[in-house]
Amino acid sequence: MLQLFLEQALNGLQFGLMLFLLAAGLTLVFGIMDCINLAHGSLYMVGAYFVAAAAQAADSFWIGLGAGVAGAAVLGLLLELSLFRQLYKRDHLSQVLATFALILIANEAVRMIWGAQPVMLNPPEALAGPVEFELFGETFFYPAYRLLIIAVGLAVGGLLYLLVAKSRVGMWVRAGAANREMTEALGINVQRLFTAVFVFGAALCALAGGLLGPLLAVQVGMGESVLILAFVVIIIGGIGSIRGALVGSLIVGTVDTLGRALLPTLLRAALPADAASTLGPALASILIYLLMAGILFFKPQGLFPARA
Amino acid sequence: MAFYRPAPYQKPLAGILLLALLALPTVLTAFGQEFYIGFATRVLIFALAASSLNLVLGFGGMFSLGHAAFFGAGAYAAAICLNSGISEALFALPLSMLAAGLFALMVGAVSLRTRGVYFIMITLAFAQMAYYLFVSARSWGGDDGLPLPARMTLGGLPLAGDAALFYTALGCLGLVIVLLGRLAEARFGRVIQAIRENETRMEALGYPVFRYRLLCFALGGALAGLAGALLANLSGLASPNLLQWTQSGTLLVMLIIGGVGYLYGGVVGAVVLLGLEEVLAGFTLHWHIGLGLLLLGVVLFAPKGVAALFGKRHD
Repeated sequence: MLQLFLEQALNGLQFGLMLFLLAAGLTLVFGIMDCINLAHGSLYMVGAYFVAAAAQAADSFWIGLGAGVAGAAVLGLLLELSLFRQLYKRDHLSQVLATFALILIANEAVRMIWGAQPVMLNPPEALAGPVEFELFGETFFYPAYRLLIIAVGLAVGGLLYLLVAKSRVGMWVRAGAANREMTEALGINVQRLFTAVFVFGAALCALAGGLLGPLLAVQVGMGESVLILAFVVIIIGGIGSIRGALVGSLIVGTVDTLGRALLPTLLRAALPADAASTLGPALASILIYLLMAGILFFKPQGLFPARA
Repeated sequence: MAFYRPAPYQKPLAGILLLALLALPTVLTAFGQEFYIGFATRVLIFALAASSLNLVLGFGGMFSLGHAAFFGAGAYAAAICLNSGISEALFALPLSMLAAGLFALMVGAVSLRTRGVYFIMITLAFAQMAYYLFVSARSWGGDDGLPLPARMTLGGLPLAGDAALFYTALGCLGLVIVLLGRLAEARFGRVIQAIRENETRMEALGYPVFRYRLLCFALGGALAGLAGALLANLSGLASPNLLQWTQSGTLLVMLIIGGVGYLYGGVVGAVVLLGLEEVLAGFTLHWHIGLGLLLLGVVLFAPKGVAALFGKRHD
């Protein structure tokens, strides 16, 4: 039981950190420009395909990851300059329609280029096996690659947090999220700042997609399910807040993972067997949405509102 | 922005269209194109669903991204009715509407406490919850959905034929459009449109804003449930896919293409979008790209939608 719990807690942490990479870009796009970007999940999908294609061509996971992330950043730049710039001043309806159209285009383009079958992405060979470590006098095994994801997630997350919370550019970003007009009046070029944020967000999407590629299948439609989770994260955390995105990601990641792993077992202890086997998976899959509805009921602006 | 007012040529135009639709099954049968009766029924049903979203979004100003949940709930309610022996449409359809409406009432009671993007997202979250509940409900078919043993009967007559279901859907859509048109010009419609324009002012004038919005949201949910019940009859299945958020997105896209807040916005949108799908799918397997590019074009060049040509909303 302890082994299961520890393993699932680490999985939850790993999932939460990857969600943070996605939610960080999304929350800033939302917060600063008040723009609903449904296509954020498509950037994640396209990024994962870029990484998989580059890794296959270069026969190295690491080169593939670097090239894929760079490619997604370039794509993000092109999208921002050509389309998103037109959308910021429009209402939410237009943004939803335009980014929904982008999802259709991205899914179909990927299907045309790489086919409908999932693409395989292998983890680096040195990290293929499990790692053994001791805790409370017991031996645990945990996949080395997942540990790497946790390490990268912590490093990038920490760096991002420092960048936004401590640096001058980060101060501008936060100021833009809190009050855009005032920031512009003080002489900050919010337009250029936003282009940078958008490109950075696209690169983070590809990083998350590439890192998760070997664990999940790289396939069409992978962006949509994770997009909804990223939305849940930024709503829980408060739109425009990096701190909120971090806390929200970790909450959603662990609650979702632990819920799926432990809830059926716990319910079996409390309820008759067939009731538990029906209720368990259902409850586990709606747990985070219940959590979000509950948080919004008591704090309609999320846990860390960015706007005063 | 202002209150809805029909254009003078709207009523005659709708009358002509209705006559043409009444003749459609006969004409299609005469030309041996019976397949398109089913397609036309689908268009009518989606027109009904998009119109119900129009009540919530266009007239009520509530940007719901979870409308498919009520659509799907109606489909499941119809399937459950038929599986438990209630096959008379005069009972089963109102029951489906009641189920979807009550569900919308509950969702609205929580969601309407939030505003703006938070409202969009909390309606989405409720729809996802409903989706996962239906996916894991094994007694209702789980992933595979709940099949209907047969179609409903209307006043004892079975709706087994394609034309019979077409006329039922046409009747429902006609009733709903008349209802929405009357509602938009009645006191209730004026109040919800005024709340859309200036909520604070209506609150200050003493209107129970929350209750008006909740009633509007629940009514929209009930009408979506009616559309869902009809769709279940058409496809013979209540599938969890009907509740997926992409379905809510499709309904939104239809309404935006057609024209948000115009009485015929949902109808025009359903005809345009499903028609485009049908035409593009005939040309290429990758028609989604064409559809996406067209949608982008609509956003960038025709932001008010197609129905903006058929009804005025300025004062």
